This record gives sequence, structure tokens and C-alpha cells, in this order.
Amino acid sequence: MKNNYSLFSLLKNAFSYHENWEKAWKDPEPKKEYDAVIVGGGGHGLATSYYLAKKHNMKNIAVVEKGWIGGGNTGRNTTIIRSNYLWDASAGLYDHALKIWEGLSQELNYNVMFSQRGVMNLAHNLQDVRDLKRRTHANRLNGIDAVYLNTEQVKKFCPIINTSPDIRYPVLGGTLQRRAGTARHDAVAWGYARAADEMGVDIIQNCEVKGIKRNGDSVEGIETTKGFIKTKKIGVVTAGHSSVIANMAGLKLPLESKPLQALVSEPVKPIIDTVVMSNAVHAYVSQSDKGELVIGAGTDDYVSYSQKGSHDIIEGTLNAILELYPIFSRMKMLRQWGGIVDICPDASPIISKTSIKGLYFNCGWGTGGFKATPGSGDLFAHTIANDEPHKLNAAFNINRFVSGDLVDEHGAAAVAH
Amino acid sequence: MTKNLRVKTSKLIDETYKISFKFNGKTYYGYKGDTLASALLANDVHLVGRSFKYHRPRGIMTAGSEEPNAIVQLHNNTSRTEPNVRATEIEIYEGLIASSQNCWPSVNFDIGGINNFLSPLLPAGFYYKTFMWPSSFWKKYEYFIRKSAGLGKSPTKPDPDIYEHKYMHCDVLVIGAGISGIMAAKAAAKNGFKTLLLEEKSYLGGSTIYQNSEHFKINNQISSSWLEKEINEIKKIKNLEIKIRTSVAAFHGYNFLLARENLTDHLPLDQRKNKTRQKLLKIRAKKVITATGSLERPLIFDNNDRPGILLSSAINKYANLFGVACGEKIILFTNNDSAYETAINLNQKGVKVAAIIDNREEVDSKLIKDTEKNNMKVYKGYTIVDTSGYRRINSISIMQLSKDGQKVIGTKKTIVCDCLGISGGWTPAVHLFTQSGGKLKFRDEDQVFIPNIYPSDQISIGACNGDFTLNEILSTINNKLKEFLNIKETDYKNLDVQSSYNKSKRNIWLLPSDKAIGKTKSFVDYQNDATAKDIKLALREGFRSIEHVKRYTTTGMGTDQGKLGNMHALGIISETSDSKMGELGTTTFRPPYTPLTFGTIVGRNVGEYFDIFRKTPIHDWHIKNKAEFENVGQWKRAWFYPKDGENMYDAVQRESKAARDSAGILDASTLGKIDIQGTDASEFLNRVYTNAWSKLAVGKCRYGLMLNEDGMVYDDGVTTRLDENHYIMTTTTGGAATVLGKLEDYLQTEWPELDVYLTSVTDHYATVSVCGPNSKKIVSQVIPDLDFSDENFPHMSFKNAKIGKIKCRVMRISFTGEHSYEINIQANYGKSVWEKCMEAGKEFNITPYGTETMHLLRAEKGFIIVGQDTDATMTPIDLQMDWIVSKKKYDFIGKRSLYRSDTIKEDRKQLVGLLTENPDEVLEEGAQIVADIKKSPVEMLGHVTSSYYSPNLKKSIALGVVRGGKNMLGQKLIIPMENKQINVTVADPVFLDKENKRLNA
Amino acid sequence: MFIINCPYCGEREQSEFKAGGEAHIVRPKQPTELSDDQWAEYLFMRKNIKGVQFERWVHVHGCRKWFNVVRDTSNDMIKAVYKMGEKPPSI
Repeated sequence: MKNNYSLFSLLKNAFSYHENWEKAWKDPEPKKEYDAVIVGGGGHGLATSYYLAKKHNMKNIAVVEKGWIGGGNTGRNTTIIRSNYLWDASAGLYDHALKIWEGLSQELNYNVMFSQRGVMNLAHNLQDVRDLKRRTHANRLNGIDAVYLNTEQVKKFCPIINTSPDIRYPVLGGTLQRRAGTARHDAVAWGYARAADEMGVDIIQNCEVKGIKRNGDSVEGIETTKGFIKTKKIGVVTAGHSSVIANMAGLKLPLESKPLQALVSEPVKPIIDTVVMSNAVHAYVSQSDKGELVIGAGTDDYVSYSQKGSHDIIEGTLNAILELYPIFSRMKMLRQWGGIVDICPDASPIISKTSIKGLYFNCGWGTGGFKATPGSGDLFAHTIANDEPHKLNAAFNINRFVSGDLVDEHGAAAVAH
Repeated sequence: MTKNLRVKTSKLIDETYKISFKFNGKTYYGYKGDTLASALLANDVHLVGRSFKYHRPRGIMTAGSEEPNAIVQLHNNTSRTEPNVRATEIEIYEGLIASSQNCWPSVNFDIGGINNFLSPLLPAGFYYKTFMWPSSFWKKYEYFIRKSAGLGKSPTKPDPDIYEHKYMHCDVLVIGAGISGIMAAKAAAKNGFKTLLLEEKSYLGGSTIYQNSEHFKINNQISSSWLEKEINEIKKIKNLEIKIRTSVAAFHGYNFLLARENLTDHLPLDQRKNKTRQKLLKIRAKKVITATGSLERPLIFDNNDRPGILLSSAINKYANLFGVACGEKIILFTNNDSAYETAINLNQKGVKVAAIIDNREEVDSKLIKDTEKNNMKVYKGYTIVDTSGYRRINSISIMQLSKDGQKVIGTKKTIVCDCLGISGGWTPAVHLFTQSGGKLKFRDEDQVFIPNIYPSDQISIGACNGDFTLNEILSTINNKLKEFLNIKETDYKNLDVQSSYNKSKRNIWLLPSDKAIGKTKSFVDYQNDATAKDIKLALREGFRSIEHVKRYTTTGMGTDQGKLGNMHALGIISETSDSKMGELGTTTFRPPYTPLTFGTIVGRNVGEYFDIFRKTPIHDWHIKNKAEFENVGQWKRAWFYPKDGENMYDAVQRESKAARDSAGILDASTLGKIDIQGTDASEFLNRVYTNAWSKLAVGKCRYGLMLNEDGMVYDDGVTTRLDENHYIMTTTTGGAATVLGKLEDYLQTEWPELDVYLTSVTDHYATVSVCGPNSKKIVSQVIPDLDFSDENFPHMSFKNAKIGKIKCRVMRISFTGEHSYEINIQANYGKSVWEKCMEAGKEFNITPYGTETMHLLRAEKGFIIVGQDTDATMTPIDLQMDWIVSKKKYDFIGKRSLYRSDTIKEDRKQLVGLLTENPDEVLEEGAQIVADIKKSPVEMLGHVTSSYYSPNLKKSIALGVVRGGKNMLGQKLIIPMENKQINVTVADPVFLDKENKRLNA
Repeated sequence: MFIINCPYCGEREQSEFKAGGEAHIVRPKQPTELSDDQWAEYLFMRKNIKGVQFERWVHVHGCRKWFNVVRDTSNDMIKAVYKMGEKPPSI
């Protein structure tokens, strides 16, 4: 049993100058064979391994990660967590995740700092108002806490927003989900890794998948930079690189990988205590516990794996930020970065079996995957363990692109951020 | 605190120009040329801030943009306040007001300092291990964590300053005007290249410009004098543009760079009015020469963070450039020769150097001999193991280093001082190079990363390329520039260089101590209080990657972005985990190089320039007649026209009634208009619309529905056949640009064989729509020459006409279900035609109506609005518009998708009408629709898309989409609101005049 | 931000262009004869290559012409441009 994390253990270790803390996770070399291998050591992959071990008793499993765990989109996103999605399928998926978030720190014995500071989505024109009301009604009937706010209520909840009616994108109203909020992204990867490791999961870093070995219609294992690993079940959770792995198995996915950028300001004392999203002008802002304004931008429109995007996108986002928050004009951008997001045509994810037996994909989260991490891991683990989807992810199968039964979140204006 | 620590003969200071400023409420004086840091040091003020986590007293550490500690708030509580400004960068001006941050009640006595005593409980990542119980309490813990975090305060008032963008193009961009940059710029410019030289500081010449020592000579002149002449020369070159106070923020691919030019931050506030504060330069350079120099490294030992501890090079700079002594009893601690340069300069200026601690045992250079000759005591093979002094350093403890440098031996000796300069050697400033995608290599001999593979047409020269000494720079620059610029010669062939500097260095990332590491506080990241033991703890806990360690310990995450400490973090990881530095890699240097003001990035794209509105030619009339406006896409559209005291509801009821009873007039100019010409125009329309076009007669109009290739409704509008091979298509207001783009895409890439030409003419025409039973009477007065008889001019047809001498197109089409005409005329006549119609309609009470009334009227008639009654999940079949989907046509965009297994399902959501049980109850648009409210979970069948009170039908009407709604006519459904349920009946979506009598009346 | 060499206008800033995804996906001539699977392949399935990709761009704030670009998506370096209908260069 590992050190339990608590105030008491901190005190105890203070006396030994913190020299007796154990490794949060081991760094094993891969075994020759596993019952299942998860490709991708981001939040979703690590969560998948945790739930496979915990709920499905699959302990002889490994997570292989090309770089370092949590180094992809998990460590690059703006950490917004909410579940106020329009469609039943999405609401079911994301609220399942939100419910797990609410007890995750305690479950993992790792403070993921899930902060239910509320998420507000703003309406800037009459169609926005209709769309947000539609979503609020749907949320209410789906048991998801969501309220519609008028302009005055928006202002009251977040006084620094410019609610003047004379601006280019006046705030006509908004929705608020109080249970929504943010979490500490790194802690999510680390917390799941530590808990999975505790149950015997091998977390293998610096191990890049080079090929998928098939025998007819079934998988046999993966070729990696650390040698061949035999396994009958492969769960791929590689976000921006999903198509790269799919191509190794001879599969094509309905995905495009695009640059998504974000930035933080220099840290300041608390100035905004909630998360405010504006889809119309592409401005998402919250303030981290460290004091930095965390600002998410939109995607570029071209495929890229360079982890860099166009300056125009950053400029456009800050234009919108200053439209809504003129007081931030003298704040300074401290750091700006990009990630690679894999986007499905309907802006909803894929958590699905494939035409190849034993090969499963969890991808297509686009710009909003972080919020789903615990739910996605849980449902993907279910899908891998039982070789069939859970009812909450049944709608997110690959076949929907053939039948036309899409879960069209962006088409329904509730852009999936 | 009133000491004057000025020393004479400084480079930058104008002692005839005195400036007063305030720091923490107290007035001080400095001189023109001072930074806030140099002025404070001259006043013997070292304590300027508190650290992020432990609230330890901190002083000025550097003399540049790498400063981690001396960051202040300017002009607190004013509209020009700015948090986190580096005292080492801001130039003082009369009236400057600065204050310390992150401390309460004051920087001298800060309650938060208690954290320093709690520090054993606050190791790296402590917050991941606690604050978890009880689970509901995180919000409360977080409240206090947030309050104690953060540094300065955000402004709370709008910014009075203006910012601009400037695009710049050059052949050669030189970044940094130190000696290397000056030489490069001169070589480039003299060879005819259009050259741009950017310098972050307010002066040119870098650190060589104050190198006044016999030890450093070029062509037998003291290096600074030689450089001064070069600077004077380059200032005369015409094709060389030099910008000071200009910091390159980002170096992107394709040699695209962003730089911030600071224009007013050094001026007194009253001189800033109407001036641009900062400019964002967007630079495209054919070639880039990076000459950004290097940053001196600190040394990592216990309590290496006290006020009064500075980089040795900073002490040198303050003395030579600003004429300020950082103390009266200075000790220098070094692992290389640089500190001796400082020592000799201080000695020359009469500042006492109490001792030099050098961790090297065997050292021998002219510089050191000179130092010893001047009676400065040098402790060779020693290290500092501790320092003391709470608000200002007052002594150091030193011990001898073991041969291998791993431990300390012998006895401890304490030396009194009031200032300590530390020098850990130099780190090339490769930030911009790596931002551009460049790959580094590690040079073992002096433990530095230097540029290796260039991703674009660029080169790094001088110290940022690892050439630290004058010898190295000057002996290589000639060939480098010749090769890179492809030029015959520079002025720098055969330069004669003398330098007393010896490159020997003893690199120990974490200096040993007589204490266990757990008991030390050896700071690696000063601002974030990340110590060597934090890094070791991270490694102990299994964080191996540098990125993990950085994130776990927050090393390098401060406002200095690890400019000082990141290398040491790497070094400590390397030493602790026994891995090679070169293999560990570096953390990614992310843009910007130094923090970049949001306002600068945004430039003039604020307020009315943010995203400019489009207005119709009739806009002024709407304003004059007190219209309220709705934003639709990029357009401002008249929404409704309230008459004396009317609210929106009343206005819309009145407008709607008037339009049906007599006449209404609408500005429809915003609808997208695409002119389509060519011999294959009909075939083209066949392929892009769901219905057939070949048989449409010239002079006739037809409504068309456009799908996406996935079968979902995308846009709609009326298209008119003007001539055999000439159509004009209308699109929705918001969809105009994307529809044109999509049509062009298909035409150019899928059907290049078609002879079709597309032109956007939205802005070229104004469209005045007159509807109502009296519309014919009105329009025929405006266009008296046209035969308005139903035989000549039936519904869904068009006529060319003239109003006076001006040609116009008149369409008899209707979106309201009323007899209706649209006059399209050259845009600049739009307002005049509108006014003519108003005049002619006076006797019929012609009533201008806005978009809201238009929406109501079309809903009475069951016409859809794409985007309101549809989202991207509705097919034409779902809209019960099967009639518009040609069964005969072989193909059109989206056709195949209508026959997928899901799209052919019978129980998809379908458009229906909804009537409330209580005819006065108006549904909320967006409300959900259910059949069985008791079912759990409630099954939502659809939602209300459009809803109004119809003054013409005298009841509430609504459109909605309902699962299987097509077959539910007459069925009762429920709208579950938050506090009530509303009963509705499914109805035909056409509520009024199903027989189209009014259209043809 | 890239510089794109429009085959009609010459080198221009990326901000004048819009990307149009993978190139050489030809719209089926007889869509009605395709199975749902084949139609989905055309509509949605993409190679999404990491490496050298052939893709479409349009000079939307310029000549409004569509053309093809060969770009390495791993570092965004453009290798070639060619007009619609021209043979792709061998790269």
C-alpha cells in the first residue's frame, strides 16, 4: 500500500524532510503480454486503465505512452468541465462524467481540485437566446442543473463582463450550470496514474507504438519502440494522433486533426470567479487558482500535427476578450501554446468497437474532451471489457457516420467546447 | 534609507535631469536614464517584493527582462494601473507611482510571511495531497488559496490608451543590438539589404557598450569606444531601420515574427494623451539574424534569495551603465571569470569588494591576477553554504569544496557584506530560436544548449549561439555573415582583439551544503519559490520528465518563464537521476519571450472597430424613425419600430396587423444576392438545389432549398431567371458568404466543365419589399410605367422596370403570404425608393416593419426560417417539404444522404404547427415538447422553434419539431415549463390562408 | 503563419486563404448507386495524414480560386502548390 495522501501524512513526512515519499507510479519495462493495452497515457487513457482494473478486474494491463503521461491535450487544455449539452446522448455522457468528478479527489486520494465555480455560456443574438433556452429546457428535463439568466443576472454573477447594449456582441442573456467548473489538469493524469499503478497497471512512458499486428480480423499485439507487446485487446486513446494509429491498423476514421490554441495571462489576484464562455465570439475565460487568466481560442481550419496554430486565432480571441472585458486591456499574455485536436464531423466523440476484433477507439473529442475524462474512461473500459458499449456510449459508435444518426452538437449551436 | 549610492561616469544617466517618483508611498529621486530598479538601488532600497508561495522578502536580482523578484504594480487604482511590471525594465518618469505586490500590510511586514515558517508543510505539490476532506470543503480551501495566490491586481477600469499594429517587411531582420547585432546589421545594410534592427532596451550596444576596461580591446581601442563608433556609423545608413524599446515576442514559422514597440511607457502620464502606447509589429523577414545574447546564471545554494543578492553582471551593469553601487561591501561568488570583470569595474569606481568566492581551485587569467593585485581577497575552491539577513543580506558563510565538488569540507567561515553578486556562467538566449522550430544541441564543456538545426532562413550569432567572449564573436562573425548573407566582404575581416577573459568554468548545478538538503532552501525558481529539494522530491515521487518536474514544482512557470532557473532544474534532474543533459531535452520555450499586453495584440480592433457592422443603404432612415435593431450575421437589421411608448410586443402586433390589413414595408437589402450567368446556369442550379430548374421560364421566380452533402438543410431563398443564361439567387442574410463559397467550390473543383460565373452582388442592390392588400396600389404609383395586372405580372414572376431613369428589378414574391413586391435597385437609390414607397403608401397607412414582424407573418403562413426552425439535423423531408425534393433529378448536393438508414426513418423529428389549449398563452421558443410527463426519464420529442401571438388569427401559434410529428396531427402534447405544463395540439404548420388566396389577391 | 504561393497571384499571407481539407477526394459521379458505407467513406472518412498531405486551399480574400497544396502536416512546411486539375507532383 502506498502512502496515503492526507494532511496527517504531510505532517509526518515533514519531520523526515519529505525524504520518504514513495513513487506515485513505477516505471516498469513492458511485459511480453497483457490482457489489454491502452495506447495513450493522457487523462482518458489512464482513466480507462484505472476503471478496467477497478471495475472489470483486468489487472494485467498496460498503458503505453509515447512521451510523458498527461503531456498531450490533458496538459494543454483550459480545463472547463460542464455537462449542459443539448442532446440526450451527450447529456448522458457528460453528466455521467460530472458525477464522477464530484467525488474524484476522494476516490483517487489525489486532489484534482475540481472547482464547481459554475460555467456561464453567453447569448449575443436572438438565435443564441433561442438556442440557449432550448438547451436549458432540455437540460432541466434531463436532470442537469442549468438555468437561463437574463442580462442583469449575467452581470450580477460576473460583474466584470461588459453588458452594455451598444457593443458589437451585446450580452442578451446566458446559461449557468453551477455544478460545472474547472479542475487541475495535470493532477487528473497523475491521480489516475497513481491509482491505476496501485492496482497493478503498468504505466510505460517513452514507448511509442510503431505498428499494430493483426491476424485476419483480430489484433495480436503492438509493435513499440520497446519491442513487441502481445495482447488481444487494444484501446486507442491518442486524441490528435488517432488517425495515425488507425492507419497502422488499416482503418480510416472520420477525423481531422487541427491546431487548437490557448493562453494564460500573468497571475493576478482574484478578478473572475467563474468560467465564462462565448461561442459566438470564441472567447472562453476563467482564472486559475494561481491567478492566471486562462483563455481558450478556436481551432485553425487546416490539418496540422505541429502543435502550433496561427497568430490570427490568438488575436481574434483577444479581440473578443477585450470586447467583453475591456478592463483586461493592460493585462499581459504570459504564455501561449497549441495542441492537436481530433474533430468529428458532428463535434461528438467516438467511443466504439471497430471492424477489427479487439481494436477499440476513443477519439474525436475535438476541443472539449477534458471534461469527459472520468466518464470516458469508465465507459471505454466497459466497452473494452465487455466487447460491447455501455448504454451511455452506444450512440457514440463509429457506425453513426454510415447510418446518418449523428449526435450533432455543433449543428445544434451548442458548440462542443 | 537616504543614502546616495551613485558612482560617477556612468553611460546612461543624465545627472542634470532629476526625476521624482514614489515607491510604496515614499518619494525618491532618480535621474533621467534610470530604471525603477537602478533608482531604487541608488537610494539603497533592495527589498521590493515578496515571493509567490512563502512570501519571503525579495530584492532586485537582475538588470533586465529576466527579473523574477522585483515586480511591482504601477499606478494602483487608476485606469493606467498595470500589474507585474519589472522594476528592471520600466524607465522612471516624473510622477511614477509604484508599489510592492503580494504582501499585506506592507512589503516590510507581510502577514503572508508566516508561510515561510509553515514551509516544511508546503513542499512541492502539497496541494495534491491534502485539502480533500471533507469533500465539500474544497471550495472553502480554494477561496483562501486563490486569495493568497496571484501577484499584482488586475485593472478594473477600461484602458485609456490606444494600440496599433504595423506590418513590416524586410530582407534582413536583426534581433538584438549588442555588439553582434550591430555588426550584423551594418554588414547587411551596407550590402544593400533592407534591414531592420530591433533592440529591447532603450539604448544600443548591449553589454559591450559599458565595457570600459583595458582588458577588452578591439583594434587597439577599448571595446566600448570601438562599438560606439560602429553605432554612430550605422545610424547613418538609409536602408537600415533601428527600433529601440522593441522586444521580439514571438518567432513563428516562415520567418513571421511579432515584436512589441513600446512608445510611451517611459513618458510622464500627462505626455501620453492621444499617443499610441505600444505597437505590435508583424514582421515578415526574408532572413533573420538572432543576436539576443545570453543570460547570466545564478548559483544554487542555501538561502540564495535574500534582498541584496544579485547577478554579478547586474551589479556590473548598475555600476557602469547607471552609476549605482548595489552595496558598500560587496562579495562576489562565481564559477567563471565574469565576476572578476565586475570586481575590477567596482574597484575602479571605488566600491569595496570584500571578497570573491570562486568555486574553482585552479584559476589563472589576467583578470584574476589584476583583481588580486588590487587587494581583493579571492577564496579559491570555496562555496557559499548559507547567507543571513532577513530583509537584506548581511553576511555569508563559506566552506571549502571537496575535490569532486560533491561536498563541503573544513570549517565554516562567515564574512560580512551588504550585497552579494553571483555568477554561474552564461546561458545563451535561445528562446526565439526554439520558438521558430529550431533544434538545440548540448555542449558538454560549458554545459549550454546552443542552436543546431535551423528550420528557416535564419542564423544565431554571438552569445545566443554560445560564443560568449569577444574573441569568439569577433573571430567568427566575418565568415558567418558572409556565408549567411551571401556577400563578398564585411568590414570585420582581420579584427585585432585583446581579451583577458579565460573560459574555464566549474559547473556545479546544486552546490553542496553542510546541511541535509531537506533543511535547505536553495531557490531554483525565485518567483515561484521552487527549491532544489522540491525538484528532488518530484524525482523521488517518480516524476522523471523535465515537463513533469516543471509542472509538479511550478519551476519556470512564473512571469519570467524560467529564464534564470530552468537550466539549473535540468541540471539537478540530470545529476540526481544520473541522466545526460543532452538527452533530457529542454522544456518548450513558449511565446511570448516577455509578457505581451493584450491591448497590443488587439491593436485597433476594439470598440466599434472590433467587428464592423454592415448597414443597409436605408439604415439612416431606420435610425431616424427610431427603429430598434437586431444583429443578424454581420448586419444591423431593423427589428421593430416602436411608436410613442410602445413596447416590442405592441409594436410587432401593430406592424403585423397593418401589413395584412393594408400595407407593410420591409428593408430586405441584407439578403444575400448572387448573380449567376453562363450557358450551364440552369444545370448548375439543378445540381445545387433540391428542386428542378431547367423548365423555369425566363421572367419567373422559384423558391429553392439547398442541402449540405449530408442531406441537411443548409440555406434557402428565391432565385429568378432573368434571362436564358442569367439568374439571380437570393440567400439568407447570414448565409450569403458561405453559400457563395460553397457554390464556387463545387464549380471549380467538381464541375469545372460547367460554363457558369458567380458574382456576389449583395451590396450592389437595395431591396425594398412592400406587402399587403394595398401593395399593388403603392408600388404601381412608384413605378407607373409597369403593367401590374395579374396577367402580366403574376405571383412568382419578375419585371425589369425603371423608376425615373433608374433601372430596377421588381419581383412579385412573398415571404409573408401577402400580395407582395420586392424592388431591387442600385444601392445608392435604395433610400430614395423607400421614401417614395412611404410617400405613395401614406394614404394606405403603409407601415414599416422589422424582422420580428417578418418572422411573425411568415410563421402564420408556415414558412420556415433556416437556422431557427432548422438546425443542422433537419432534412427537407423532416420539414414536410417533400414537394421540393425532385424525384426525377439524377443527383443534387445532399441527395444521396437522404436515403441513408437513419434519414429514411419515419419517426425522425418533423416540423409541425402547435396550438396552445389556451389561445392567449404564447409558448417560449426553445421549450421542449413531451407526450408523457410522468415517464422517467422524460422523453423529449422535440422543441418549439418559433412562437408568436398572431394578431391576425387572434391566437397563439407556434412551429416546432416533433418526433414522428408528421403523423400526429390533432394529437395532444405537453410543454413542460419549470413551474407549469402547457397543453398543446399538433396542427398543420400553415395557420393562415392555406389556399394562397391572399398571395394572388 | 504560412506564406502560400497562390498559383494565380503569387506569395500571400496565410490569412488570405482558407483550407478545404484533403485533396483528390472526387465526388462520386453516381452517388445513388453507392452503398451507405461507400457514401460515408466519401462524406466523412479522411486519411488525416501526419506527414506529407495533399490538400485543397482557396484564396478566399484574393482571386477566390481553389488550388492544391502539398504540405507536411508535422511541421506545416509547404512543399508544392498546383492548380486544380493538374497532375500532383511526386513528393
